[in-house]
Amino acid sequence: MTRARVDAEGTVPPVTVDVEVRQLRLSYGRTVALDDLSLSLPGGRVYGLLGRNGAGKTSLLSVLAGFRRASAGEVLVSGEPVFENSRITRQVCLIRESGDVGDGDDRVKETLDIARHLRPSWDAEYARRLVDRFGVPLDRKVKDLSRGQRSALGIVVGLASRTPLLMFDEAHLGLDAPSREAFQEELIAEVGASPRTVVVSTHLIEEQAPLFEEVLILDRGRLVVQEETDTLLARGTTVTGHAAAVETFTAGMTTLGERRLGRTVEVTVFGDLDDADRVRAGQAGLDLTPMALQDLFIHLTDPDVHRTDPDGGPR
Amino acid sequence: MFDDRSPIYRQIAERITADVLNGVLLADEQVMSTTQYATYYRINPATAAKAFQQLVDEGVLYKRRGVGMFVSPDAPAALRARRRESFFGDVVDPMVAEARAIGIPLGEIVKRIEQSMNEDVR
Repeated sequence: MTRARVDAEGTVPPVTVDVEVRQLRLSYGRTVALDDLSLSLPGGRVYGLLGRNGAGKTSLLSVLAGFRRASAGEVLVSGEPVFENSRITRQVCLIRESGDVGDGDDRVKETLDIARHLRPSWDAEYARRLVDRFGVPLDRKVKDLSRGQRSALGIVVGLASRTPLLMFDEAHLGLDAPSREAFQEELIAEVGASPRTVVVSTHLIEEQAPLFEEVLILDRGRLVVQEETDTLLARGTTVTGHAAAVETFTAGMTTLGERRLGRTVEVTVFGDLDDADRVRAGQAGLDLTPMALQDLFIHLTDPDVHRTDPDGGPR
Repeated sequence: MFDDRSPIYRQIAERITADVLNGVLLADEQVMSTTQYATYYRINPATAAKAFQQLVDEGVLYKRRGVGMFVSPDAPAALRARRRESFFGDVVDPMVAEARAIGIPLGEIVKRIEQSMNEDVR
């Protein structure tokens, strides 16, 4: 269940871990957080996990990290079950919004010490550089850290753990913009130097999107989309123009939404448009604009959307 | 092409192509690594690698195993030839179509081109 990829420069990066989820169900009492969820994450890629609040992102990541036991189904990392399997959990790191930085009475350097003992892959030298870059005070107690410092400490622990499977669940939420940029730079340098499987869940979609090779969208405990970011972006198009012309052009296509301004109509279509479609749109005086990932996300998870032919292509 | 916001990897490939055309990158010169490009543009290194792969397929770059990516020796000339071929389709035809649509006689365009050519000579 591992694979190596040859990158553009022809070097063979180290082996990475795959994630496999089969018919996963997770319920808390009567609440079903995840239902019949199946997905696979081939190793060595950076995945963006998107979903509205309550969609099941944190539940999924908690099961992947072995923090929670699945109610039903299978969760495999490197082909092995994760829950109560220390050989696997040592290779997995999940940083949640709270920072996951342990007991409030510990000092920052003690927290880093604990992380070092938990992770065979821990890089102490890198941790020191990161603490410096993010300005986390080593001698302060964790409970006395500001929200931003706490988030930064979580980021430091995640990055320096250097685990083959690394997950951040809104971990950047407390960071200011410069620190989020620093986080992105560090993450890029890390996966650039040695590919690993990274899952980032976020509401800051546009800011984080360029980091993602693949995007997964969860909605009410189910997987709505898993696709390469470029491919997904190419499938969302906004068609704008005179109402009648828009209606003729979009007839038979999968539409996700519609907005009107006087005689001008803007329709969102989901599906691949070919060159002939684009020529046809040009002749009809219609504007075709690619959609931003955030707009696509909003449409794909809109409970009120009137979707025509949600499973099919544009025609 | 048709869309105004093509995928990031294609924009990077276009940027590198432009650098080769403008002489910012020279024949047989090594280009920055995928990670350096990725960090600069804050994108996934795999996306940057995709741009490089496209340029290798197009013959603009070549790779030396374990060393990195280099500009193909014939890339500047080949790119210029390709640009010349598409010039009329990409630049002149749309201009003529626009002139027709808003009622500028073609004679006026020709006059303007001759004018700017004379200015160049001076």
